[in-house]
Amino acid sequence: MHAYLHLALALVLAPLIPGIVNRVKARVAGRAGKPVLQTYFDLAKLVRKGVVTSTTASWAIFAGPVASLAAVGCALLLVPGPATSAPVSFAGDFMFLAYLLGLSRLALILSALDTGSSFEGMGASREAVFSALAEPVLFLCFLSLAADGTGLSLDSLLAVSDAKPLGAAHLFVPAILFVLLLVENCRIPVDDPNTHLELTMIHEVMVLDHSGPDMAAVVYGASLKLWLFCALTVLSVMPRTGLSPVAAWGVFLAGMALAAVAVGLVESAMARLRLTRVPRLLGGAGALVALSLVLSVWR
Amino acid sequence: MEFAHTQSIAVNDVPALPARDLRREILSRVAAGWRVLALCALPGQDGPTLAAVCGRDRDGRLSFHRSVPVARYESLTPECPQCHWFERELHEKSGIVPEGHPWLKPVRFAARCCGIRPEPGVTDYFRIHGEEIHEVAVGPVHAGIIEPGHFRFQCFGENVFHLEISLGYQHRGIEAMLAGAPDARTPHLMETAAGDTSIGHALAHAAVMEALTGQAAPPRGRAIGRVALELERLANHTGDIGALAGDVGYLPTMSYCGRIRGDFLNMTAILCGNRFGRGLVRPGGTRHDLDTGMLRVLAGRLEAARRAAFGAAQLLFSASTVLARFEGTGRLCADAARDLGLVGPPARACGLARDARRSFPLLGADAKDIPLSLHDFGDVYARALVRRLEMEASLDFVDAALAALPAGPAFAPLPAGLPPGRLAVGIVEGWRGEIRHLAVTGPDGRFLAYKLYDPSFMNWFGLAVALRGQQVSDFPLCNKSFNLSYCGHDL
Repeated sequence: MHAYLHLALALVLAPLIPGIVNRVKARVAGRAGKPVLQTYFDLAKLVRKGVVTSTTASWAIFAGPVASLAAVGCALLLVPGPATSAPVSFAGDFMFLAYLLGLSRLALILSALDTGSSFEGMGASREAVFSALAEPVLFLCFLSLAADGTGLSLDSLLAVSDAKPLGAAHLFVPAILFVLLLVENCRIPVDDPNTHLELTMIHEVMVLDHSGPDMAAVVYGASLKLWLFCALTVLSVMPRTGLSPVAAWGVFLAGMALAAVAVGLVESAMARLRLTRVPRLLGGAGALVALSLVLSVWR
Repeated sequence: MEFAHTQSIAVNDVPALPARDLRREILSRVAAGWRVLALCALPGQDGPTLAAVCGRDRDGRLSFHRSVPVARYESLTPECPQCHWFERELHEKSGIVPEGHPWLKPVRFAARCCGIRPEPGVTDYFRIHGEEIHEVAVGPVHAGIIEPGHFRFQCFGENVFHLEISLGYQHRGIEAMLAGAPDARTPHLMETAAGDTSIGHALAHAAVMEALTGQAAPPRGRAIGRVALELERLANHTGDIGALAGDVGYLPTMSYCGRIRGDFLNMTAILCGNRFGRGLVRPGGTRHDLDTGMLRVLAGRLEAARRAAFGAAQLLFSASTVLARFEGTGRLCADAARDLGLVGPPARACGLARDARRSFPLLGADAKDIPLSLHDFGDVYARALVRRLEMEASLDFVDAALAALPAGPAFAPLPAGLPPGRLAVGIVEGWRGEIRHLAVTGPDGRFLAYKLYDPSFMNWFGLAVALRGQQVSDFPLCNKSFNLSYCGHDL
């Protein structure tokens, strides 16, 4: 199948993931919940709206969301599909992926600081701190997947096949990738995407001053990033041997839906961590994944 | 002069002291364990005079003191911090200067005697200077559908050094409208002093009128009024527990409590047709009676709501992630709470046994029929737990009260006309804490002055103190654990 199929699917289906998460949360709480397609409706609404900006803002507030969305889109080019390799693939491309995500975040942080609001500065500082702590954990995940020496591109890192069977690395890495998914996408227990309390927000407070098409770029970029992390999590455990391409795609999409349901269940079952406790969560995740790295190398 | 809280006294029987003696009197009473329940200025022929009401929880005694007309006096606040807000309010209202008050700013930016009203929120804020200090200003327009208030945080990174709360946006001059009352508007003003405490304020007003006329409400009316008061407490405590869950992102309890709060409000609607109890309590009893059919419906709904509410609370209090957020957040020690004169659940969460239902029971009510709910951690967890315990006590009380409702009429009109030159105090434990009303009648038998103190008036400063040294991201949680009224404070 075509190498660009995954990218095309991601661009079309990504806004479904937050929809599924919200539906799961609503059902667990005993509510009907908003439509699964709500994010699409929101995007359509935002694109048609005008933009209001603060008088202190410069061009950076407009550049931020677009640059951020573009960087996440580029990062998706590096992610392989379940039955195809990635459109762009080279040894060490996982670093490129991590720093494209970093670039996307930097763009948003700069446009948040550009508004001159103390809220947004606070949110930007929180986002910068937590993502700086999450980055080494992500690299440790990739390293322990690479420890068997089959290759250094995401294509080979994420392949679970006869040549690269489920091993010690898979003990913790998928779980830790899921934790990173929660952290990087500002889900409970790290951030609360539904809160209206600006003093407690991380990601949402950074984009308080964005509106209209800029906000659409932010929302769409956030869904793409969520898709990307779900895909990394699912691909890192999904065996592909003996599956026809169609079956592989079916298993992959089911896995994506399952990941979204899991996010919804986590959000329904636990409260947010105190902000000062988040580094401990990431420290614990780092320790576990370091253990799995040691186990894979020791073998 | 000392008197029982259900009595009224003649103002002229109380000697007018020089301000210095009044000050000494209040300080010595506070040192002996009394609390300052009111400190205000009363209008007089030769200018405003100071008036103070102290209360003792042990036996429900009140004491009233007044001064000769003064323009300035030595402030009580440095030695008795619970006078802090009272003195700011009395200065704002009457122009009397408490000399040496450390923080003499307006509390509600009220217009002083028909002048032009200053703009709310425009004042000198306390500021901390330094390279890494930043100031965060929140409100008066907030992200949620709540009332307006302005909050200024002096932050060092995520840590709050100081929070200053500036209110007054909801000021509408209720006390000014009550001078010359009672009239047809009075009950409605009482019920909307703080819209979520309609029953509480209406009962406090009824207590004042009963003390002034010396005639209690009939037993059946009293019992229905108290049931309504507890239903109001149940609805609001349920809402608070749900809101606390929502603030830490714990969705199940938040969603369930939103519905259960409505169930309790609907029970109040069975009593009187209004979910907030408007039009139920009047001086002289309740305007609506209950028949056996209603009682049966209420008993069934209470049982269902009890199970649902405790199930939702059980979920919350057994979630370790929730407890990790609640415990140790916004802690106040008992000494600070006592010094600041806090009331209601925030005071009981610090271990202070302050509950007007026990200390100052309404005429015809038993002081012992509702147990006191205490905890001593003083943090968000304790404030949530005290609410949960009070819900249990209220449910038991409502069950018992409805099962043994006294016979007779629910309403007996009070004698027309009030005795001239008398003072009475009405104290009711609303769901937020102690509601105090103070009325002085003039020579014409109408109110010369009527003061209302919502519990929020005492507790807002407690919130500011509880947030010192906390994380700025924990403010919404602390705020919700106090859940104070803006309009009840601003009047």
